[in-house]
Amino acid sequence: MAVRRLHPDQPAGFAFTSENLAWVNATISKYPQGKQASAVIPVLWRAQEQIGGWITEPAIRVVADLLGMAHIRVLEIATFYTMFQLAPIGSKAHVQVCGTTPCMLRGSKDLIKVCKKRIAEDPFHLSDDGAFSWEEVECLGSCANAPMVQIGADTYEDLTPASFDALLDGFAQGMPPKPGSQIGRTASCPEGGPTTLSDPSLFDGSRVGQWQKRLEHGSGGSAPAAPATPVAPSTPPAASAPPASATPIEGSKPFVHPAALAAMANAGIVKELEDRGSAGGKPIPAGELASLAQLARVKGPAAFGAKPDDNDGVKG
Amino acid sequence: MAMLADKDRIFTNLYGLHDSGLKAAMKRGQWDGTKLLIDQGHDWIINEVKQSGLRGRGGAGFPTGLKWSFMPKADSRPSYLVINADESEPGSCKDREILRHDPQLLIEGALLASFAMRAHTCYVYLRGEYIREREALQRAVDEAYAAKLIGKNNVHGWDFDLYLHHGAGAYICGEETALLESLEGKKGQPRLKPPFPANVGLYGAPTTINNVESIAVVPDILRRGAKWFEALGKPNNSGTKLFQISGHVNKPCVVEEEMGIPLRQLIEEHAGGVRGGWNNLLAVIPGGSSVPLVPAELCQDLTMDFDALLKVKSGLGTAALIVMDKSTDIVRAIARISYFYKHESCGQCTPCREGTGWMWRVLERMAEGRAEKREIDLLFDVTKQVEGHTICALGDAAAWPVQGLIRHFRDEIEKRIDTYHGGHKEAAE
Repeated sequence: MAVRRLHPDQPAGFAFTSENLAWVNATISKYPQGKQASAVIPVLWRAQEQIGGWITEPAIRVVADLLGMAHIRVLEIATFYTMFQLAPIGSKAHVQVCGTTPCMLRGSKDLIKVCKKRIAEDPFHLSDDGAFSWEEVECLGSCANAPMVQIGADTYEDLTPASFDALLDGFAQGMPPKPGSQIGRTASCPEGGPTTLSDPSLFDGSRVGQWQKRLEHGSGGSAPAAPATPVAPSTPPAASAPPASATPIEGSKPFVHPAALAAMANAGIVKELEDRGSAGGKPIPAGELASLAQLARVKGPAAFGAKPDDNDGVKG
Repeated sequence: MAMLADKDRIFTNLYGLHDSGLKAAMKRGQWDGTKLLIDQGHDWIINEVKQSGLRGRGGAGFPTGLKWSFMPKADSRPSYLVINADESEPGSCKDREILRHDPQLLIEGALLASFAMRAHTCYVYLRGEYIREREALQRAVDEAYAAKLIGKNNVHGWDFDLYLHHGAGAYICGEETALLESLEGKKGQPRLKPPFPANVGLYGAPTTINNVESIAVVPDILRRGAKWFEALGKPNNSGTKLFQISGHVNKPCVVEEEMGIPLRQLIEEHAGGVRGGWNNLLAVIPGGSSVPLVPAELCQDLTMDFDALLKVKSGLGTAALIVMDKSTDIVRAIARISYFYKHESCGQCTPCREGTGWMWRVLERMAEGRAEKREIDLLFDVTKQVEGHTICALGDAAAWPVQGLIRHFRDEIEKRIDTYHGGHKEAAE
């Protein structure tokens, strides 16, 4: 958690432009009637864009009134979600440097040094000319192109301190470089070209429709159609068959990831509720809950009606 | 193990080297005979997915078909499919490639999954930072609507609406009930369970939440057959998977491979090998930041699947491989992960809110050596008090990397403590 508070200096008011207001109404219509609060993040985001990159207190009130929410609820949203900036940002660029481990391993600390030198010693402070600001953010989901920064809607990837410096020069001059990899890679493709996906038949349309024979003869019932045709995919090509040496792990109970275990226990309880015909969700006594969880722990997914061969292939 | 054959790949436009538009996607075999699949019926789809052995690709690996089967078959409330595109686990960057380069796979999968679960509405929750990805997906959705592939009175005979929603920078919204809270317009704080989403989910209605990749592979499974998918990979770990290789490798990348591929093969065939050679490997984090690291000595014959990684007390997670060579300051690398969890804790449960910050502060001291050796056991003990004592799994995710560090690199921490104290003793004398 981070402590986030509104800026001490706030403007007097806020109103959506008519264009944005139309957009807001369209967004609200994506959610069922009476559930307009669902739109709060997109609407607040639009307000932030209109204001020029940060959220003001009057905007919070306007958004709350628009969505029929208490002001405090929207204040909660603005302070909980870290992409809402609570202070003015650089007019030309607010640089978000990813500092999480995958980027750190590839040099994000050096990018932060550039920020400190060029923009301001501390994050969320404007540069002397007011054009730039920066912050260190948590993983931005471009780890195969680390280190990277996000500026506005775009990401700039595979950076070095030198190319990052050049990038900032570009923004200062109003001519930012092309987003994406700064060393010429295509997305997350390995540098120098892909190691896969060279078979032209994937792209020439020759595969379309081939598989359909499998189903056309089938009854459409619960069992898959009989593999009577030559293209039946039930016999996988040798190249893709699992190696014969793939031996099951021996002498162990079925392995279950702890998080899966929780989900399974959950699922079991849902089943249980359904069986009782109480879809409305009668509470289950704590003791019973524990015993269901225990069942999941001991028996794995099989405890809840899964066929053993579905997900229980690893047996002692 | 031979490399996965191109014809067995699902994500044929993974890198965006080809057109991501609808026409080109159809030429690659997407939206091919979708009506025929729907004609097989709700339960046929669920059974095929069950038999394929597909396990959720969002980290926990829960069998997808089984999850679908928990949805009520008749209920007065509407059912919802919610697709989790809040990809935020450090190391993970696979869903991004689907969203921006192969979006029709996801949209077709969403229709098929929604039909199987008798849902007419689907929300895709994207992380707020994926702005360009959201634009790309929205373009694809608009194309699908225009071609009447989805929407009211579409060519498939199942009314289906798909909406995009986004967050605004909160890792916790990847947790499924926090995601629902956020989608309902609240802070993303996980819900206490029961009731579970399949029973009481979005707007109090039955809801299934699936990862982007889990949904995007469904059309291919149905077309080619459960047996095709099941024959790939290893028993209980079937199919293909998007692996993401980051950190100290020569060519970091995202690549689709067979489940159970040897770790070393994955790194050497696709990612250009470990920087400085295989012997320069210190450790890997095999499944995104929340799983414990695996030291190099255990990596030699390690395969990338749920069961093999659990055996070395780690996990496949999202199959996001973070590679660390011998130049890595391993204590600081894990301390940075601890900082991440401190930053991303939603603050609801005390063990997590207080524990994540505590663990991070102690690790920062340990990275300098400014600690006592007895504190290593104390730290381990605290991780055990956070793990399993919170509403959601973020507490566990914060505890596991620290446990992995202590399990495998205790001597490194002790060395630092000795060095620090040695230095200060001399200074005092």
